[in-house]
Amino acid sequence: MSDITLNASAKVAEAAPRSAPISQVGFVGWMRANLFSGWLSTAVTLLLAYMIVRWAIGFVDWAFINAVWSVPNNQTQACRDLRGTGACWAVITEKHRFILFGTYPYEEHWRPALCIALFVGLYIVSAMRRFWRKELALIWVGVLTLIGVLMWGGVLGMPYVPQERWGGLVITLILATFGLALAFPLAILVALGRRSKLPAIKALCVLYVELIRGVPLISLLFMASVMFPLFLPEGMNIDKLLRAQLAIILFAGAYLAEVVRGGLQSLSKGQYEAADALGLSYWQKTGFIILPQALRLVIPPLVNTFIGFFKDTSLVLIIGIFDLLTAGKTAIIEPAWQGFGIEVYLTVGAIYFIFCFAMSKYSQGLEAELNRHRAR
Amino acid sequence: MSETLDHIASAARTDAPPAILLDKVNKWYGALHVLRDVSLNVALGERVVVCGPSGSGKSTMIRCINRLETHQEGTIKVNGIELSDDLKALDDIRREVGMVFQSFNLFPHLTILENCTLAPIWVRRMPKKEAEELAMHYLTRVRIPEQAKKYPGQLSGGQQQRVAIARALCMKPKIMLFDEPTSALDPEMIKEVLDTMVGLAETGMTMICVTHEMGFARQVADRVVFMDRGEIVEIGEPNHLFENPQTERLKTFLSQILRGH
Repeated sequence: MSDITLNASAKVAEAAPRSAPISQVGFVGWMRANLFSGWLSTAVTLLLAYMIVRWAIGFVDWAFINAVWSVPNNQTQACRDLRGTGACWAVITEKHRFILFGTYPYEEHWRPALCIALFVGLYIVSAMRRFWRKELALIWVGVLTLIGVLMWGGVLGMPYVPQERWGGLVITLILATFGLALAFPLAILVALGRRSKLPAIKALCVLYVELIRGVPLISLLFMASVMFPLFLPEGMNIDKLLRAQLAIILFAGAYLAEVVRGGLQSLSKGQYEAADALGLSYWQKTGFIILPQALRLVIPPLVNTFIGFFKDTSLVLIIGIFDLLTAGKTAIIEPAWQGFGIEVYLTVGAIYFIFCFAMSKYSQGLEAELNRHRAR
Repeated sequence: MSETLDHIASAARTDAPPAILLDKVNKWYGALHVLRDVSLNVALGERVVVCGPSGSGKSTMIRCINRLETHQEGTIKVNGIELSDDLKALDDIRREVGMVFQSFNLFPHLTILENCTLAPIWVRRMPKKEAEELAMHYLTRVRIPEQAKKYPGQLSGGQQQRVAIARALCMKPKIMLFDEPTSALDPEMIKEVLDTMVGLAETGMTMICVTHEMGFARQVADRVVFMDRGEIVEIGEPNHLFENPQTERLKTFLSQILRGH
């Protein structure tokens, strides 16, 4: 009896498929659902659209139409006349070299410029998966050494430039790249150490993470810059930048270690047991089974920390190192250029944004690609 | 060379050393006494099924054999090598003992083929090409060679468990341990895994299998071990054990199993 009913209803359902009504799908459907779903939502949409358009027109007027792009010989009067109605990009035209390279000798600017290009090239090559081989580590060592040689000079006919004269974007890239490149392996070792069965190693790793996490980065930088030299023997001096770099590596290492540990903990015990049962050694198990899975899982918080530290390098200004932000700030100390902070900070902000946004977008792509195996 | 000779020699002798020997093994989890004086000999080529209610220590026992768990008292010898804190001995034992888990434990980020070749390449130092041929051989034997390029997550539970068996076999173990290999599977997939295991038994592999599949036990087991509360309560030939249970505990267990099926 029930069989007959079922058969009958199955027949009725066999109508020709047709597409959903036009008002429910595509762009129109999306607008209806999200922007104009009721009178209140329509009113809010229109009001916000009006405000956005007005603000955008105002910004375009200020930043492009009324802007001054260059002035002769620091004659900033033309800029001052336009205060509030037009941007004075002349300050960037005039000071861009200072913002990018700090007080590095003018004739030698090609060296930090080349370093910036090398850094960007290194990022791009490292981002491409087809270069993910053992040789990549050698490329990193090679390029980073080359950058050191270029910056210091003193060989191959390049005059020696003391670290005190380095500055600008190149300092930010040095601190961030060396910092994260060395902090990341350190973090992996510490995270593994915290899960070690050997009590001494475990205690050491816990102590490191808790001590470093317990103090602000600023105080660590102060210690590196003021206190650390007191413990050194007379006459011995370690470069200030190097000390700040060490502080950043230690600090980032502690934070990244906790991120990596989160990934390690999310793996099931079965993965460890299966690797053990197959006879893999500890490092084989860690390198082939555990870390590849754990690191994939923590890409979002990992990149979050990377981006955070890229920007936190600006804290070195308190110990007198000229990074990108400090260089920008110093560029407008000169009386002729005082008062053009908005233009300079917008530019500096845009540079930070380009790097951070690139990291963010890249990590999204990487996450999708590396976690393909989880899609069915 | 000498290994082959040893193999032939030990197979020829009737008093050959057992593949696995457990002598008065005791283990505690904190205050909980999970293995009590467990003694068991498994001869080369013998197939043993271990059954018992949950929490009876049967999984713990076979996990002690390749030291995923450590025992605190007694002796365990595998192929004549004693399990101890000696890591070298442990490596030797794990190479000879394959294990299949209830929850498959395939490596989800590696393809089926990579799952099978990883250990032969890195533990046995086999050339990659040879390892891949070997893997395809065993994947064919468990009847899923066409899935080699897929990831574990794209396979059904039964297929995954068959891959896990192939992965263990790629290490050419002398002994296979099965820890409830069909308990996590949907009923329609149990048969395909059991068929694979029956096929393996026919090759003369030494097997210890924790399972509640009584049909499988009757078909392949030389002996059935019944465990309860950390003790081995009865050991015997399957038909004899199931038809004439000597103890009340086994009677109760069998009646519960039959009701469940």
